[in-house]
Amino acid sequence: MPHDNIVADAATRILQDYCDPQDVNRARDASWQEPAWRALEEAGLTVAWVGEDHGGAGAGLADGFAVLHEAGRFALALPLAETMLAGWLLERAGISAPQGPMACAPARAGELPVAGKDGRVSGRLRAVPFGKPARHLAVLARREGGGHAVALLDASAARVAAGTSIAGDPLDTVTLENARPLELNTAPAGLDGDAVLLMGAVARSMQMAGALERILDLATTYAGERVAFERPIAKFQAVQQNLARLAGETAAAVAAAGSAADAVATAHVPHEGTFLEAAAAKIRVGEAAGEGAAIAHQVLGAIGFTQEHVLHRFTRRLWAWRDDFGNETFWAVKLGKLVAARGADELWPMLASR
Amino acid sequence: MSSALQFDPMRLPPECEALRKEVRAFLARELEAGTYNANEAGNDQAYSPEFSRKVGAKGWIGMTWPKKYGGHERSFLERYVVTEEFRVANAPVRLHFVADRQSGPVLLRYGSERVKADVLPRICKGEVCFAIGMSEPGSGSDLFAAKTKATKTDGGWLVNGTKVWTSNAHHAHYMIGLFRTSPPTKENRRHGLTQFLVDMKTPGITVNPIYQMTGQHDFNEVVFEDAFMPDDHVLGEVDGAWKQATSELAYERSGPERFLETFYVLPELVRMLGPEPDTRGAEGIGRLVAQVHALRRMSVSVAGMLQAGKEPVVEAAIVKDVGTIWEQKLPARARDLAAFAEEETANRATFEAQLRFATLTAPKLTIQGGTTEILRGIIARGLGLR
Repeated sequence: MPHDNIVADAATRILQDYCDPQDVNRARDASWQEPAWRALEEAGLTVAWVGEDHGGAGAGLADGFAVLHEAGRFALALPLAETMLAGWLLERAGISAPQGPMACAPARAGELPVAGKDGRVSGRLRAVPFGKPARHLAVLARREGGGHAVALLDASAARVAAGTSIAGDPLDTVTLENARPLELNTAPAGLDGDAVLLMGAVARSMQMAGALERILDLATTYAGERVAFERPIAKFQAVQQNLARLAGETAAAVAAAGSAADAVATAHVPHEGTFLEAAAAKIRVGEAAGEGAAIAHQVLGAIGFTQEHVLHRFTRRLWAWRDDFGNETFWAVKLGKLVAARGADELWPMLASR
Repeated sequence: MSSALQFDPMRLPPECEALRKEVRAFLARELEAGTYNANEAGNDQAYSPEFSRKVGAKGWIGMTWPKKYGGHERSFLERYVVTEEFRVANAPVRLHFVADRQSGPVLLRYGSERVKADVLPRICKGEVCFAIGMSEPGSGSDLFAAKTKATKTDGGWLVNGTKVWTSNAHHAHYMIGLFRTSPPTKENRRHGLTQFLVDMKTPGITVNPIYQMTGQHDFNEVVFEDAFMPDDHVLGEVDGAWKQATSELAYERSGPERFLETFYVLPELVRMLGPEPDTRGAEGIGRLVAQVHALRRMSVSVAGMLQAGKEPVVEAAIVKDVGTIWEQKLPARARDLAAFAEEETANRATFEAQLRFATLTAPKLTIQGGTTEILRGIIARGLGLR
């Protein structure tokens, strides 16, 4: 997607140089990761959402979302989004962000860890993306006696059980037992577990929109090159119909994610409108991810099902990212309950206000 | 080629919100006065000269057109707000809607000065109903197969042939008709068709009703027998209509009417399931709301591009493709989700009547104004596949 955003342009250049999906797919080991991460870090992108006085780049939310859109277009398998989200969470509580990869939790709905009166944090966090490789954890906790707190923890303070997502990326269980945080600050009003999920949902939506754009490119290019029955398969109406549907799903994802990112970036305080936008984006983009990945695989046939072809780098992440920070069903139930509680006559005004 | 797909997060400017309030207040007054009944399923089909005249008096027809032709020189985004509010309120816009959306803009671009000065101000007053004469018994999606013939004669043209599936023809004062003025050439099968402004009172025109499976009368067959069209009713280039069609289609395809035609079912479903639906009901509502929100954001984005003078032909086709599929599936989803609703729900009768009507209406939504198959062909072309 063409943009006039210098922060996202910087990301694009680094991703092209260090994280080309073909090169990464061909790589025999993880040696590409270290220089790629260093380049992202040196450009300030990993701490894009951290204020300059807290050691960050102080980029706006909109710029950061544009970076994540680019990261999705490269199926980036590094904790860029996670570190950015962690930085955002720390910044909200006035905590300086350290260097190095971070994980942000919660990434699933459920019980929050508890911060005791002694400032120690206990709880179990399920399915934390890139929990194991993280050097630090940014965690939202429920405060004993009420309210919420943001904790910055050294990874060594947690017990991390390694797991993997459907994309093969780290998806880990983090257990905190009276863990002593490096810092713990009271969360500002409104920053609760749902607020973290909401921000993560918009971030993932932007990544998924980028990945969908790329699989549309891959499928379209392939259909123009692959010859069957003596002509490119792009000339068959059945294939054209499939690709047009993929374009429709991609368009819906790009529009919904972009709109939600814009809503979150421009809202002074979160409100019902930003909730509608974020929930709708994660739902609609998640649906598009499922439909879109299926179509792209259908178009690419057997070659698209191989390890060798790059398609799976995108489709597997599309499937995986659907589940992070609330899946379609989670957000749909929440959104449906809100709409029902407001009542039938408020539905259209709510939609039209966006 | 996806880099060509653009859906920026366009927001409607503040003047649109003031206008929205005004439109809602107007509709509330008209509802109270009994001008129309919003709960009557399919009421949006209603033809109401009284209502259309009032809308014209408010300045909400021909909103974007030049003042010298009775227009109001307002933005395309302001028109968008009026269109979506009327659609959601099931307001009876049948008389003026086609003229406002597409016939007027065609006249503005291709009509003679005399025609523009005569017809456009009357459209803006809400007095003039238009029909679109495209399809024929042997020519539907394949417009360029049209056979209805216009033959040159003294001072004009004589038209012979038959148009079919012509909505509103029994009410229409005018039609914009597509007639064959020359045979197609070997190099260009699209050559040889010309657009005409047809005065429906012209001798030699017969309108025969075709009732729809909903029981409504919307379609017609329009028969031309030596019907005379004066020279200055030719719109644009003789034999060159194919060059004129595409840019208007972006307006026709991306508007809110392309995903809101069965929308009335959704609030009624929400009412039916009550303030605390079970998990299944909540999920169903949440998904539908997310889907329609995404569609509206796509549609507003295209409206923003049109306002900026761009021609987002592919994006518009995508809005119509995804939008009409959604509005077509909505009644089926609502039916599923209503399965366990309380028997004694107060709005059950209204919901069921609306569901019946929406279900009956649904099949046409992916046919009218460009079928799904044609739209996907356009999208495929935009992707560089053909």
